[in-house]
Amino acid sequence: MTEPAVWLRDLHKSFGSTHILKGISLDIPAGQVVCILGGSGSGKTTLLRCIAQLETAERGLIVMNGEILGQQEHKGRMVRRNAHDIARQRRKAGMVFQRFNLFPHMTALQNIMEGPVQVQKRLATDVKQEALALLDRVGLAHRADHYPAQLSGGQQQRVAIARALALKPSVMLFDEPTSALDPESVGDVLAVMQDVAASGVTMLVVTHELAFARQVADRILFMDNGIILEDAPTTDFFTTPREDRTKAFLSAVLGHRPQQETCKEITP
Amino acid sequence: MSIPASFITKNDASHYLALPAGRRVAWGHLTSGIFLLLLLAWIIHAFAVGQIAWSYVGQFLFVPAILRGVSATLLMAVCAMGLGMFAGLFLALGRLSSSWLPRVVSGIYVWLFRGVPVILQLLIWFNLALIFPHIMIPGVGTMRTVDLMTPFLSALLGLGLNQAAYIAEIFRAGFQSVDIGQYEAASAIGMTRFKAMKRIILPQAFRTVIPPLGNEFINMIKLTSLASIIQYPEVLHNAENIYYANTRVIELLIVAGFWYLLAVTVMSPLQHLLERHFAKGKR
Ligand SMILES: Nc1ncnc2c1ncn2[C@@H]1O[C@H](COP(=O)(O)OP(=O)(O)OP(=O)(O)O)[C@@H](O)[C@H]1O
Ligand SMILES: [Mg+2]
Repeated sequence: MTEPAVWLRDLHKSFGSTHILKGISLDIPAGQVVCILGGSGSGKTTLLRCIAQLETAERGLIVMNGEILGQQEHKGRMVRRNAHDIARQRRKAGMVFQRFNLFPHMTALQNIMEGPVQVQKRLATDVKQEALALLDRVGLAHRADHYPAQLSGGQQQRVAIARALALKPSVMLFDEPTSALDPESVGDVLAVMQDVAASGVTMLVVTHELAFARQVADRILFMDNGIILEDAPTTDFFTTPREDRTKAFLSAVLGHRPQQETCKEITP
Repeated sequence: MSIPASFITKNDASHYLALPAGRRVAWGHLTSGIFLLLLLAWIIHAFAVGQIAWSYVGQFLFVPAILRGVSATLLMAVCAMGLGMFAGLFLALGRLSSSWLPRVVSGIYVWLFRGVPVILQLLIWFNLALIFPHIMIPGVGTMRTVDLMTPFLSALLGLGLNQAAYIAEIFRAGFQSVDIGQYEAASAIGMTRFKAMKRIILPQAFRTVIPPLGNEFINMIKLTSLASIIQYPEVLHNAENIYYANTRVIELLIVAGFWYLLAVTVMSPLQHLLERHFAKGKR
């Protein structure tokens, strides 16, 4: 069996004295699309931020493409890597934030080119062609020279996805990418994510869009109180949930929302 | 119940609609305006008929000593502002550091330099030889402090290091105005702290920082006049030297005042240009 693209072992994270992640272990094979569901405060964002190296876990391993993130062995001990190494490792994970976080002083095109040119030191002329192709892929070729303030929320989020993809990451991390959007733009962003998933990129998506999860994910993780309570293939998860907590969550969320209706929105 | 005299019915509408638009006379504005104009006229009159020989003002406006003073003033303003911005940037970063030592050091610096009058700081730098008679400069050797602390260097250190304390606070506010998400987005695409600072944070911080920095520079142009007491040959100092000789005190003070006003006036459009440049992408 081939090695997973990302694997975690016994990951722990606390803020002060509150224990948020209480031992997460997980294997994600390359190309798999995983959706993370769970109640508010269950630690979903914290998990993604640890994988993206925006938070430092105090215990456990995060391994991506066979490389331990954030720490290394040194004289028989595990020590934190230096800042340069960590910066390099962060490129392996493309992070898409809930609130887009585009660079407001740069155009859409410049936002996408910034990583490859400034960080990977690639030639601007080559990068520009790729960036334009990415913009085209997210349906925003005609907005290349617009600043973020001139774009709608949905358009900004699509640029943000293109910006993350431009570094050709091993895994894409999405933290509730549509929850800051107005209902009309949600469909456009989900369609782009579906397209990314179809192209074989490994994805880890925290979302409340159950229709999207059902349609696009290969596998669902249900987080509760800092642990992965249920981990199942998508169809099993929705048809035969095991845990009572999961059943309660699903009936609470699905009870109000007929699935067929929202399914249509994301079909491109 | 009686109907008020101003009560109008729908039938009256055409009457009011047909009336031409008029103008309300603002008596308050009018009287205070007239009063201010009279005051201004009186002041101008006083200056015109007072003991001021205007021909002297015109005569000394462009003499070499004054022009040298003007360029010395501008040179000092630019250099001291540069030093202030450089040191102020590091102080601001220290203030925002996550470890306590840089925070405490910059805190003390700001407290000290903002708490002591500038004129006193200038005198201390100029008289540094009284505390340290000799100074060791690595690579140059030992020097007598009196030789080192020229009026220029004393004024530069006095004005620049004092300015740094104020600019540190401006930069700190500028950094804090940048959304935390910008640091995270920059890290997420693999930028080091230095690169994120240079490419992402500073350009955005500059947007909020340019207007107060412009005001600080205007202040600095005027503050350089204090350096006249430590013999730095800026425009006020040179004007004083001339009137000690010819006793045309007011005339030469007006000459100096003219040049300060001119310098400050020219600054405003420059500041506006800079603001426009850094406002890229702002709605
Ligand atoms: N920087 C922080 N400092 C202190 N506590 C934090 C911090 N970040 C998160 N927490 C706490 O950790 C817990 C888990 O937060 P997290 O954001 O991971 O939850 P979540 O599952 O993403 O929730 P939501 O669905 O509301 O986004 C919360 O109780 C939160 O208050
Ligand atoms: Mg969250």
